[in-house]
Amino acid sequence: MASEEPLFDPSLKKKKPKKKTVAFSEDPLGADADPTTPAPDVIEDRTVDGESVDMGSKTMHEQLKQNDASADGEEEDPSAMFGDLKKKKKKKKEIPLDLDGDEGSGTSTPITTAPAATEDLDFSDLKKKKKSSKKKAAFDLDAFEKELQAESKKEDGDEEAEQDGEHLLNVDESELGENVFANTTEAPTGLDAGNEAWLKSDRDYTYQELLQRFYASLHASNPALLTSTGKRYVIVPPSLAREGNKKTIFTNITDICRRMHRQPEHVIQFLFSEMGTTGSVDGQGRLVIKGRFQQKQLENVLRRYIVEYVTCKTCKSFDTLLTKENRIFFMTCESCGSRRSVNPIKTGFQAQVGKRSKTKAAQ
Amino acid sequence: MSVQNLNTFDPFADEGDVLGSTKDVGSQQNYIHIRIQQRNGRKTLTTLQGLPKEYDAKKLLKAFKKEFACNGTLVEDEEMGQVIQLQGDQRLKISNFLTEEGIPKATIKVHGF
Repeated sequence: MASEEPLFDPSLKKKKPKKKTVAFSEDPLGADADPTTPAPDVIEDRTVDGESVDMGSKTMHEQLKQNDASADGEEEDPSAMFGDLKKKKKKKKEIPLDLDGDEGSGTSTPITTAPAATEDLDFSDLKKKKKSSKKKAAFDLDAFEKELQAESKKEDGDEEAEQDGEHLLNVDESELGENVFANTTEAPTGLDAGNEAWLKSDRDYTYQELLQRFYASLHASNPALLTSTGKRYVIVPPSLAREGNKKTIFTNITDICRRMHRQPEHVIQFLFSEMGTTGSVDGQGRLVIKGRFQQKQLENVLRRYIVEYVTCKTCKSFDTLLTKENRIFFMTCESCGSRRSVNPIKTGFQAQVGKRSKTKAAQ
Repeated sequence: MSVQNLNTFDPFADEGDVLGSTKDVGSQQNYIHIRIQQRNGRKTLTTLQGLPKEYDAKKLLKAFKKEFACNGTLVEDEEMGQVIQLQGDQRLKISNFLTEEGIPKATIKVHGF
């Protein structure tokens, strides 16, 4: 057991060596917007409790994007999102390419590579190459992220379906990547103005159709809306140092917290509960984490934190504030003014690790 | 005499208890949490918490152990109920297993790094 090396990587996930900037993009998918990949949203409008938070108008843009995509490509059948493996496989393969393209064209991504960070990454990569079959590991992370998102999407769908009114339900399902018209029997397929379905028949237009029409004309007059993927959110990569054999020091946590406009306590609480460990803050404001962690592992956790607690679910801005009222955290968006409650951080079950005598003594 | 304007009127009287009707408000029960914990060195522990009642944890554990070729145990926790512990990082395997057995993926939450 080579103890001085940051070997510990139980998940066997590998990041592409290329990706040196830790760009916490607002959504990993949406940022590399490939118009053919459906559903570029990581939006979860629910709290941990499964309570769905209705956020209204969040992703009609995306919906329209999807509609366009599915209109020129194959039509998505409604069940496709919910478990079509083929689709997922395709997506997996696309992702690394997208990342490349994104890196290359990287419009406004400042390069914030800490030299130590790169070393760390390269090193782990070398290690990996010896061991695991390279290709698979490379895709693994992406696949995992995909799954996470798919999961969250589905959660959206289920929760909304339970609680929301009719038309809201339609909207939500459609933005989850389903065919918008899955529920309506007479399906208008095109978005072009002038050939709406209700013109030919003498029935009334439905809310859905009007909404479609509105967005179609909106995007027709403002094509920039569809192409703009939003700014990427860039944060310095977490820099980690090893203290002794069993502890990791997260040196720039205060910096990161400041950039996210979050209290370090909240971030730390999330990190600990998510990684199933404990730790403390030392004199210089650094975080000492029990256990060995690598930079990319912490990156993943931070990314999840940002998706959950920093990005505004409505407008995807990162300019949000977290306030506590009556023991419940609320996130207020500074740019669009939306407000929603966020999940409380819960640690869950902690298994007995280490010596029982020690834990007994601590109590 | 009663002035109609002064009557107190609860506009939500006929709404009933809106929050009470949806069962999963404020509860975490409907999620299956899969977590990971570090042990000594490279070793890890995977825990599965919040399994729905209709599944037999004992049988599931047996299947897990056979499928993933790892050991494991069933831990009784007074808060969380029955928790399955497995040796090693089995998070992805568990979630794949469960989804293949028909548990909706939306209810499975994978934690960890």
